[in-house]
Amino acid sequence: MTTFVELLVNGISIGAVYALIALGFVIIFKATEVVNFAHASLLLAGGYLVARLWPVVGFWAALLIGVAAAALVAAAIEFLVIRRANVASHSVLAIVTIGVDIVITTELTRQIGTDVLAMGDPWGSEVVRFGGVTLAETRIVALVTAAALITAFLLAFKYTGWGVAMRAAAEDAETAALMGVRLGRVSMSAWAVAGGLAAVAALFLCVFPTPGLDRSTSLVALKAFPAAILGGLDSTTGALVGGLIIGVTESMMSGYQNDMAFLGRGIGDVAPFLVMLVILLIRPAGLFGTKELARV
Amino acid sequence: MADLAVSDLVVGYGPVRALRGVSMRVPSGSIVAVLGANGAGKSTLLRAISGTLRFHRGSCQGVVTLGDQRLTGLDAASVVGRGVVQVPEGRRVFARMTVEENLRAGGLGRSRRDYAKAHDQVAALFPVLKERARQRAGLLSGGEQQMLAIGRALMAGPTTLLLDEPTLGLAPLMAARITETIKEINSLGTSVLLVEQNVAMALSLASHAYVLEVGEVVLEGTAAELRESDEVRRRYLGIGDAVEGALETRTLSRWS
Ligand SMILES: Nc1ncnc2c1ncn2[C@@H]1O[C@H](COP(=O)(O)OP(=O)(O)O)[C@@H](O)[C@H]1O
Ligand SMILES: [Mg+2]
Repeated sequence: MTTFVELLVNGISIGAVYALIALGFVIIFKATEVVNFAHASLLLAGGYLVARLWPVVGFWAALLIGVAAAALVAAAIEFLVIRRANVASHSVLAIVTIGVDIVITTELTRQIGTDVLAMGDPWGSEVVRFGGVTLAETRIVALVTAAALITAFLLAFKYTGWGVAMRAAAEDAETAALMGVRLGRVSMSAWAVAGGLAAVAALFLCVFPTPGLDRSTSLVALKAFPAAILGGLDSTTGALVGGLIIGVTESMMSGYQNDMAFLGRGIGDVAPFLVMLVILLIRPAGLFGTKELARV
Repeated sequence: MADLAVSDLVVGYGPVRALRGVSMRVPSGSIVAVLGANGAGKSTLLRAISGTLRFHRGSCQGVVTLGDQRLTGLDAASVVGRGVVQVPEGRRVFARMTVEENLRAGGLGRSRRDYAKAHDQVAALFPVLKERARQRAGLLSGGEQQMLAIGRALMAGPTTLLLDEPTLGLAPLMAARITETIKEINSLGTSVLLVEQNVAMALSLASHAYVLEVGEVVLEGTAAELRESDEVRRRYLGIGDAVEGALETRTLSRWS
């Protein structure tokens, strides 16, 4: 039972981190109808900066810079590539983001080499015990932070002028423009927010029990794609639920993999994609989505 | 306040020519009607003024001015910023957002005071929007959606309002209600460019009108002149001579 609770809490925690990534992915899709395949590279860029800067400026300043830089890079991609690309279809833009991803990831991977970079976080490998349940401090901080950021985002989305402009533009861009909404700003801010969230996620993907940031970190980030897609690419609720489903599934599958040896080793890594496939077979638009993926 | 003027407007959607040299003027404070059958280019004219042709892959030559400012080449949000606001054909309310949020979307970027003032004005014009404030706009009736679309545009504080077929598909009573509202909005000082297929209604409101046919202005004059014109009586008001050429039949069939 304690194992189960530990796995569950860890799953929810990692799921909340996936949800941060998936949420950014969904915001970008809602605002610009572009599937952003460069998302993992944004995450890597933010995480890399934190890892490189903390020995110089300290952890908190490094985190701040990493988040701001990822937001800036994302906004720059929107401004320089997405907005300028004078192409007819959103599928072409999605492919363009693959190009951007390759450029950024290749350069960062070269910089990282074979190193494993510590994140310099204050939580280290401390654990907390509640009764018989042992949890890493990092997992608890990740859960609380992700929950706070997601709540703040959803409140802003619902109640601020920015949120109203976002939703109006997502629902009907032409009419939003007719009402004076500046679509360029909406889309750039969506990218920036997504980039910032990805950088925070990078931190929590690379802290204990993970040894640190290395060149495979962007592969870990890929698990958030199924989270976004199974939730429905255009649903913020979907991103949250999708993130949690993926996180808990992965955690449970890894935790109990000895009992499920018949499924083969490493099932925890494949599970997110299996879950996504099964859900898409049943609901092609994802759990909460309104647009079928065929539209992408 | 300034006159809205369009001169020599030529608009194409790729190879399709939708406007071929259209010129017209909306004097400050007036109601001007644009009449014409489906496909005549009425919505295209409003798109060219509002700067939304790029959403339809359209391109435009010619000049749109408001007083001595050029609107041509501005993006849609900047045109709204100059006080020219459009209520698009088919209402286009944000169906997934509440009535209140729709109004908010219309008044983004205005000061708190201007916003509150516009909000009071809209509530006074359309009390039903206040009652339905928290309801999803998609659940409103067609007439209520039209009210919301007009109210949303008013939230932007327009000096010139562009209305694209505001009574299309509405029951006669509701259409009359909208007509009254347009009169009221105009009496408060807003110029109106009214695109309509309901010719009788449009001519009752407008001081001046233009008739568009296949992208060209074929008739223009004061509303009184057009009401008396044989051409308009026969083709658009269905009065008079029953003898019609092929062209007339084509147009008339679309009015029914
Ligand atoms: N998005 C578009 N792409 C191509 N052609 C269009 C488009 N919109 C309108 N047209 C064409 O332009 C002409 C004028 O259309 P429109 O301005 O919608 O007329 P109206 O509003 O008077 O019914 C029509 O021939 C129509 O087929
Ligand atoms: Mg039209």
